[in-house]
Amino acid sequence: MTTGSPSPVRRRSTPEELEALPLVPPAATGLAEVVRRRYLLRMLVRNTIQSRYQGTVLGWTWSYLQPAIRFCLFYFLFQVMVGRGAGMENFAVHLFAGMVMVHFFTETFNGGTQSLVQNRSLITKLAVPREMFPVARMLVAAWHTFPMMVILVFVCVLLGWRPDAAGMAAALLGFLLVALLGLALGLVFSVANVFMRDFGKVAQTLTQFVTFSVPMMYPYTLVQDRFGEPIASYYLFNPMAEAVLLIQRGFWTGTTSDPTYTQALHLPGDLYTRGLVMTLIALVGVVLAQRLFSRLEAKVPERL
Amino acid sequence: MTTMIQVENATKSFTMSYHRSLKQLALAKARGRKTHDVFNAVDDVSFTVQEGEAIGLMGLNGSGKSTLLKLVSGVMRPDAGSVLTRGRIAGLIATGAGFDPQLTGRDNLFLNAAILGMSRNETLRKFDEIVDFADLGKFLDTEVAYYSSGMKARLGFAVAINVDADIFIADEALAVGDRPFKRKCKKRMDEIVKSGVTMFYVSHAPGSVRNLCSRVLVLDHGKLAFDGDVEEGIAFLHYDDDDDEERGKASSDDGLGADI
Repeated sequence: MTTGSPSPVRRRSTPEELEALPLVPPAATGLAEVVRRRYLLRMLVRNTIQSRYQGTVLGWTWSYLQPAIRFCLFYFLFQVMVGRGAGMENFAVHLFAGMVMVHFFTETFNGGTQSLVQNRSLITKLAVPREMFPVARMLVAAWHTFPMMVILVFVCVLLGWRPDAAGMAAALLGFLLVALLGLALGLVFSVANVFMRDFGKVAQTLTQFVTFSVPMMYPYTLVQDRFGEPIASYYLFNPMAEAVLLIQRGFWTGTTSDPTYTQALHLPGDLYTRGLVMTLIALVGVVLAQRLFSRLEAKVPERL
Repeated sequence: MTTMIQVENATKSFTMSYHRSLKQLALAKARGRKTHDVFNAVDDVSFTVQEGEAIGLMGLNGSGKSTLLKLVSGVMRPDAGSVLTRGRIAGLIATGAGFDPQLTGRDNLFLNAAILGMSRNETLRKFDEIVDFADLGKFLDTEVAYYSSGMKARLGFAVAINVDADIFIADEALAVGDRPFKRKCKKRMDEIVKSGVTMFYVSHAPGSVRNLCSRVLVLDHGKLAFDGDVEEGIAFLHYDDDDDEERGKASSDDGLGADI
């Protein structure tokens, strides 16, 4: 910009400026381009969020109301009706904490998978970095997970939970793992879904599995009790199970009367090492997914 | 002179699948029928465009104009050869694509501007101009879902035409809105051409091509059949025949692509 004004306002380039510009392919792509055009990303995310509650009187309150009601329901069912849910302390918290993670993952994964097909009209007509759409869906999912977190924290505090550094690190690591994993899968499935809509169905089926394959409706100890080794170790290879265990460490164990005892009883060893390794693998997964995405993406507009 | 668009042996092929499900595919294979076909929508096209040129891209339906336009605008990438451009590309392509009907006109204005590559500052600077051009009055803060088709088109058009571009692309179907709006558009297009911006204009209307362009490219079945003077190009396509002449005049009176 040669305007010299403090605000970087763009004008039509002068002939000299034009000459200085490189001759390049017309549309830049890749995750780096998504970061460069973060203003557009922000607009997409904001507008998706806004349009969800368009026309409702309560507006964004719904995003607090819905999970709050769900939590009350669980609390009533497991704490009051069943009575200390299968002998576990604060089972409702255990369940809800797991749901937060699972919700974040399924919305990132399913939303990401549908993102290219849903934005068909835009993608086939205008040049935008197409990685933008799965990334936007991940951020939208994160935004919708936030109210659930608020409710979780609120309930935990009522139950006498106080944050501890190790627990917070665990929860953060869990979210990072889910974000990366969901993004990697979202990227791959979004582009695969363009070529074969079957992948959308596969994604839906996979997310159903996730609900049952994580220690949320049952404690991890149940897996060990029922199946023993080596199945319990295989179970832990599931990154979603790991992420849910991490958030249990962050919130649920802290609400029980003896957190150290609960941790020793209901959480596997090497929780952090495992989490770190899986997060790194997920990061590599994102890089690989991006590679695959850019290879297949060239054919996307004509197949939509 | 700076080269603004450089297209070298660009080829874009499309695959036509006749069968989608596994069963159909297996049946077709068993009966020895073709399961898919490949054709080149743009076939080995080469040309360069210098700064300040106004190119009219013409051709019959299905000759590959839109595909070539998509290659230049970056929506599609060539399967072979290369397409290189300089600076920002914008213009009247798919105006209003990406509108979210649930959002207000104002929100969609900002969203659309962002999609076209404008920053927030730039949008704010152009805001009044865009709103003025779209002439939506108090409907600006109404959801786009309640807009009439003309209003929607005007808003999309107003955003697109106000993006500062180094290469200005315009696709047909500019016949939006009523007569006064068309007049306004034509005036604006003339201004853009006069400002010396490089222009890439797809049209069937000889009148508006004559009006706006300094050079014509004609595509025929994906191949570049003609590249040169405007009158010769129009004659090459036989678009200057008998009653077409009159229509051309009529459309040049109206401005943009009125003969649809």
